[in-house]
Amino acid sequence: MARNVSTQRKIVVTVVAWTIGILIFFPILWTFLTSFKTEAEAIASPPSLFFFDWTTENYHEVQSRSNYFLHFMNSVVVSFGSTLIGLIIAIPSAWAMAFSPTKRTKDVLMWMLSTKMMPSVGVLVPMYLLFRNTGLLDTRTGLVIVLTLINLPIIIWMLYTYFKEIPGEILEAARMDGASLSKEIIYVLTPMAIPGIASTLLLNIILAWNEAFWTLNLSAAKAAPLTAFIASYSSPEGLFYAKLSAASTMAIAPILILGWFSQKQLVRGLTFGAVK
Amino acid sequence: MNLRTFLLGTCSAVALSGLAQAETLTIATVNNGDMIRMQKLTEDFTSKNPDIQLEWVTLEENVLRQRVTTDIATKGGQYDIMTIGTYEVPIWAKQGWLLPLDNLGADYDVDDLLPAIRSGLTIDGKLYAAPFYGESSMVMYRKDLFEKAGLTMPDAPTWDFIADAARKITDKNAEIYGICLRGKAGWGENMAFLTATANAFGARWFDENWKPQFDQPEWKNALDFYVKLMNDAGPPGASSNGFNENLSLFQTGKCGMWIDATVAASFVTNPKESTVADKVGFALAPDTGLGKRGNWLWAWNLAIPAGSQKVASAEKFISWATGKDYLKLVADKEGWANVPPGTRTSLYANPEYQKAAPFAKMTLDSINAADPKNPAVKPVPYVGVQFVAIPEFQGLGTAVGQQFSAALAGQMSVDDALASAQQLTEREMTKAGYIK
Repeated sequence: MARNVSTQRKIVVTVVAWTIGILIFFPILWTFLTSFKTEAEAIASPPSLFFFDWTTENYHEVQSRSNYFLHFMNSVVVSFGSTLIGLIIAIPSAWAMAFSPTKRTKDVLMWMLSTKMMPSVGVLVPMYLLFRNTGLLDTRTGLVIVLTLINLPIIIWMLYTYFKEIPGEILEAARMDGASLSKEIIYVLTPMAIPGIASTLLLNIILAWNEAFWTLNLSAAKAAPLTAFIASYSSPEGLFYAKLSAASTMAIAPILILGWFSQKQLVRGLTFGAVK
Repeated sequence: MNLRTFLLGTCSAVALSGLAQAETLTIATVNNGDMIRMQKLTEDFTSKNPDIQLEWVTLEENVLRQRVTTDIATKGGQYDIMTIGTYEVPIWAKQGWLLPLDNLGADYDVDDLLPAIRSGLTIDGKLYAAPFYGESSMVMYRKDLFEKAGLTMPDAPTWDFIADAARKITDKNAEIYGICLRGKAGWGENMAFLTATANAFGARWFDENWKPQFDQPEWKNALDFYVKLMNDAGPPGASSNGFNENLSLFQTGKCGMWIDATVAASFVTNPKESTVADKVGFALAPDTGLGKRGNWLWAWNLAIPAGSQKVASAEKFISWATGKDYLKLVADKEGWANVPPGTRTSLYANPEYQKAAPFAKMTLDSINAADPKNPAVKPVPYVGVQFVAIPEFQGLGTAVGQQFSAALAGQMSVDDALASAQQLTEREMTKAGYIK
């Protein structure tokens, strides 16, 4: 039943929501606007918001200096590849922990999460040596492996919490009807958990897309994703804000668009379905 | 796109990435303007050497440093040529991480390299890296503001003159500050400037036995002078200003003077970027009459990591990129003003270059005035003007820089900053085994 909300209250809530929205979105808007300024305008004080000579010079410069498409493809392969492989491993393990827990399940979960607590740089040299010895340095395969490993704990945790909300009785009913374990996971559990799996997928693609430590340190010329592309545009000597903004806009645009579209799917998925 | 198509695409892309390639040189480089220009001109090299392909890894200075250091320390072998600074060259050469450049070709003319730059790259008589461009520091000042205040900048000013002029020019109501200097903490930020300046005040990082010297009166004079000057005549919030912040302040007409890298000269005189392009004059970095000027010396250099499988091709490329013909190539394509400065004597003798670059003479004089093997008034056990070429310096320099930045911000006194710099440097140097 709809509540009676006074107009005044509606206005206040709307204003507050918009203010928060604009505050959160402002840095991205600012990056976008700066990417169309000249370097001199980008540092001008006081800065101008919309009234400057719009130029696409920075985008031309970025295009001529770097191979955007190569970095873009590397980012796509690495983020989607690692997330999909992660999901394939994580769905069975989250199932096991959610529906047939042992007394050690909580410890296992905590142990997995604990691997995220160590600062990455602490294992940089051992990892680098492992990659060197296995010939994985500067390969997409290597980056897919490392991103799968570092995001796996988060994927498992997220799926575990979603699976926990699914009543075990539904799975039990499937078993009573003679479904095997794999059929139970594929035909009964997965469809019910689609909203959860979808949001895990999206969040992990974003995390992998933005991962800037391992992707930078384990890649060189061939496998470098968009994070390395951005890193070539800031500079301690010389003006770079406009070019950096153009590079950043190009790097975040694909993931931003993906998020925008799948947001609708996600919301629909979350309000639909058997469980909720 | 359904999931299956997508998975297929992903798998095939992963498989493709493993394919092998022909003789390709992978070059790691910093993204400064001169390097970007070189990348655009490499067609000249590949057309002369069709059997060599070039692959670039261009990164921001600090990311690049971390990246190449990891690779060379683990013998990762990802790069055939690395762009490294004058700080790394002596340390890495002593570790045996770099190959000496013995075969740069008959027409390379090693003796044409500027002696000050060359000496920083030579260890035990062997050249371990070839300079691509070099820089020092100097005074950039606003001729119009000096005229208005009735002042004349000498070619070789003293710190007393600079301080006096800075206070006279300052007009805080009009947002004009007499002097802009680095204050942001970091071994390559405020400590580059302060270490070089301290040399002019007779201070040094270590005595001959590696004992830290921050408890000596010379350091107190230098830091006291700097903090007082910046409080009186510097811009607000100076403790967070580095090169770029000062560059934008100077370009927008808010600084009377700026002492920083000579490479800034081409930015502040560029009318496309700078509102004061036609009003800038140059002078040598100031001294205090003790025989040393507070100007630093830096070069970005190309080097070959030990264990490289493609030494002959790499040497060919280095010889091309740092040779005399490359300077001519840039001049033909982009004009003399855009030629990478600070590496070759012959460039400064070229009348066309002198005409195109008004800051040429001052740059050369500044580079020549620096002596990395003998940087301070008193003797020191280390190499380097604005740094100490030991592996521990990056961490130490930044830690000390934080104390000095705090002193500038007024969070602690000059005495406290020096005491804590002394304490932390003693601790680190003892731990590293330099002092007992």
